[in-house]
Amino acid sequence: MANKGTKKRVDEPTGTEFVGHEWDGIEELDTPMPRWWVWTFYLTIIFALGYVIAYPAWPMFEKATEGVLGWSSRGQLAEEIDAADQARISVREQLARTPIERLPDDSGLMQQAVAGGAAAFRVNCVQCHGSGAAGSQELGYPNLNDDDWLWGGDLRAIEYTLVHGIRQAGDDQTRTSQMPPFKGAFDSNQMDALVSHVLSLSGKDRSTPLGAQTFADNCAACHGAGGEGSRELGAPRLNDAIWLRGSSQEAIARQILNPRMGMMPKWEGRLDPVTIKMLAAYVHSLGGGEDFLEVAEDPEVDVDEQP
Amino acid sequence: MQIEAALGRTGLWFFIMLLSIVVAATAADSGFAAHAILVGLIAFALMWMSAARFDPVSNGRSFFKMPDGPSRYDDDVVRWGAIATMFWGMAGLAAGLFIALQLAFPQLNFEPYFNFGRVRPLHTSAVIFAFGGNALIATSFYVVQRTCRTQLAFPSLARFVFWGYQLFIVLAATGYLLGITQSREYAEPEWYVDLWLTIVWVAYLTVFVGTIIRRHEPHIYVANWFYLAFIVTIAMLHIVNNLAVPISFLGSRSYSAFAGVQDALTQWWYGHNAVGFFLTAGFLAMMYYFVPKQAERPVYSYRLSIIHFWSLIFLYIWAGPHHLHYTALPDWAQTLGMVFSVMLWMPSWGGMINGLMTLNGAWDKVRTDPIIRMMVMALAFYGMSTFEGPMLSIKSVNSLSHYTDWTIGHVHSGALGWNGMITFAAMYYLFPRLWKRKRMYSLRMINWHFWLATIGIVFYASSMWVAGITQGLMWREYGPDGYLVNSFADTVAALHPMYIMRAFGGLLYLSGAAIMSYNVWMTLAGKLRDEAPMTETPHDEAVDRPIVTPQANAVPAE
Repeated sequence: MANKGTKKRVDEPTGTEFVGHEWDGIEELDTPMPRWWVWTFYLTIIFALGYVIAYPAWPMFEKATEGVLGWSSRGQLAEEIDAADQARISVREQLARTPIERLPDDSGLMQQAVAGGAAAFRVNCVQCHGSGAAGSQELGYPNLNDDDWLWGGDLRAIEYTLVHGIRQAGDDQTRTSQMPPFKGAFDSNQMDALVSHVLSLSGKDRSTPLGAQTFADNCAACHGAGGEGSRELGAPRLNDAIWLRGSSQEAIARQILNPRMGMMPKWEGRLDPVTIKMLAAYVHSLGGGEDFLEVAEDPEVDVDEQP
Repeated sequence: MQIEAALGRTGLWFFIMLLSIVVAATAADSGFAAHAILVGLIAFALMWMSAARFDPVSNGRSFFKMPDGPSRYDDDVVRWGAIATMFWGMAGLAAGLFIALQLAFPQLNFEPYFNFGRVRPLHTSAVIFAFGGNALIATSFYVVQRTCRTQLAFPSLARFVFWGYQLFIVLAATGYLLGITQSREYAEPEWYVDLWLTIVWVAYLTVFVGTIIRRHEPHIYVANWFYLAFIVTIAMLHIVNNLAVPISFLGSRSYSAFAGVQDALTQWWYGHNAVGFFLTAGFLAMMYYFVPKQAERPVYSYRLSIIHFWSLIFLYIWAGPHHLHYTALPDWAQTLGMVFSVMLWMPSWGGMINGLMTLNGAWDKVRTDPIIRMMVMALAFYGMSTFEGPMLSIKSVNSLSHYTDWTIGHVHSGALGWNGMITFAAMYYLFPRLWKRKRMYSLRMINWHFWLATIGIVFYASSMWVAGITQGLMWREYGPDGYLVNSFADTVAALHPMYIMRAFGGLLYLSGAAIMSYNVWMTLAGKLRDEAPMTETPHDEAVDRPIVTPQANAVPAE
């Protein structure tokens, strides 16, 4: 070992003294700590001391120190939300005052409503209807971009659907209907003929007398003699190219035998009325929105939802 | 030992096997049953080994390779550990590449066993605990013997540590794929696997401390301080964070002992210090032995090593709350988490300075020695990530970076750059020495590995910076009308190219490790590649001659 004498051994390349320890050939130099390292370390400590004085830091018996700046994360959030609300308050007030039927008259306000609805849609609706509102045929979530509406596609009808939901338990004004299961009702000839008839309504297959008869006896009551559907009953239109749950023979047969019916939650109580109004405006703007046939003088009076 | 002892041992394994069968048959869920069957199979194999051999004791000695005498270091556990490090490293990196591709191409999610949610913890645990853990256990057993100039204490316990740890890894990894998880980051294994690891870890601590106590050196080398800090602190973190009540002693599920924000804080106190004491302190210990050995230079500063060790150990343990900025965690705890993280910057850099400056007087080796080059790169990435960490802990930065891929990039510049590179360098040092070879099969392949890994990390880190900042800015973007501009799916679509670049970086890194595996394989096979050396000092025959006095007929200069 090198530290026997008073004069310590010096490392040639660096000119630094050795400490004098050695392990498995590894020695250590007695280099002082770099000054910049020490001073930067002190500076971070000074910063830390200043920060814990300025901000909430030390837990005490009752509560923690609050910091001389009086900052809190809840306070900051409240301030930021307040500022954002202030910026939007006039629009929201206007929207709250305007009946939804009057919305298209004010194109500026309509634009604001659509923008707000788009934001709310991204948070609340994309989970089922998809970020492009194209829905899912596999899962039976309707496409909102087309002009095929199950329950009506004008602003008021869309708003009603949003407020009360579809088949929402506990809301007696919810949109509801039920297609009975036809399992065991038809023999296989009848079944094939019925599926062909349903497809023939949109020109995808040929109808037979048996199929037409079966349809007239069992389906026409809700879906209409020509398969035009019914919005009062939420019975889908069958004579167009838009299919809620698939257009293959298997998909149609499956839906006849054991129908699956979609459910949409009611948003009343979960979203404020202005947001629901904005959502209706956004969905209406996607491409399939319908005009009111007759605009009611009094918004309380029901409007005709049929185009 | 006598035949009765051998019979007794066979009987013990038989009993464990029977117990496993009973547990498997009565288990509350299929995952727990699968794990019981796994344990039963291992017990069966050990029973068969005990019973089928005529001389079980010496057979056991040869299988477990007990040390021959006191005049040699006990390196067999180290050898197994080095091979296990390579094996789990390849498995973990391949799993990482797979999940990176899953993020870019979601069709690669194979339900239910190979979906992202199950393979991701498989990847993190495989690289941190299987690859990193085996590297730490193997190198610590190697380093502690040499720097204490003594054999491992409790050789059979050391063997138990190695095999017990492998069982922990297998139980954890299969558990993730079977859907067994307690959903705690870096601590996903359920209660029974945690109990097993606790036993293994206490055995590890016993072997390590026992070896230090019987040392033949007056002082304890700095690498051993770091190893000891790593082992002791991980024991504490593991036990506290995994306190849980099993739903059934025959089922895999449990409930945490903590609830709500206390649970979150305990988890991130653990999670952050898993990084601090597993991935920082443990690997700094490796650095403190292998860098001076490979560079053949003394450690730069003894004083710096003392101060940065104690400041690192003291400050790290408080920094966990910075993982919970802007959450239900009280403001005061967030503040403390942040300021302790900021103060941690210089203590972390102390290790980098001590490592890099150890090369003073040997910097030319960066040009000629690819292992030194790897070590320098590891230290550079260590310095970079330990600067990035305190920066990301500052609340205003964190409000942008939190929950984004920036965090993923930060973790990987540390994990791939620092932990991966320093481990590879240490393994390149160890393999020829443990198997008594002249050198690695090929030094040029080490150089290839170095460049593939470095470029891979650059792809990974830079794509994740871009992805993280893009994500953070898109999430917080409000239109002039005061509404959010982007949906979450919009940000996912925007990140797609970055995800592909990240996967490409991972592919490069994995290829480097594959080259290393081949290199190791050939080294162990005893081959030396015939190749040009890494450096040639230039030599010009034409000018290698004395100056001749000018001839008489030469024209003199005017």
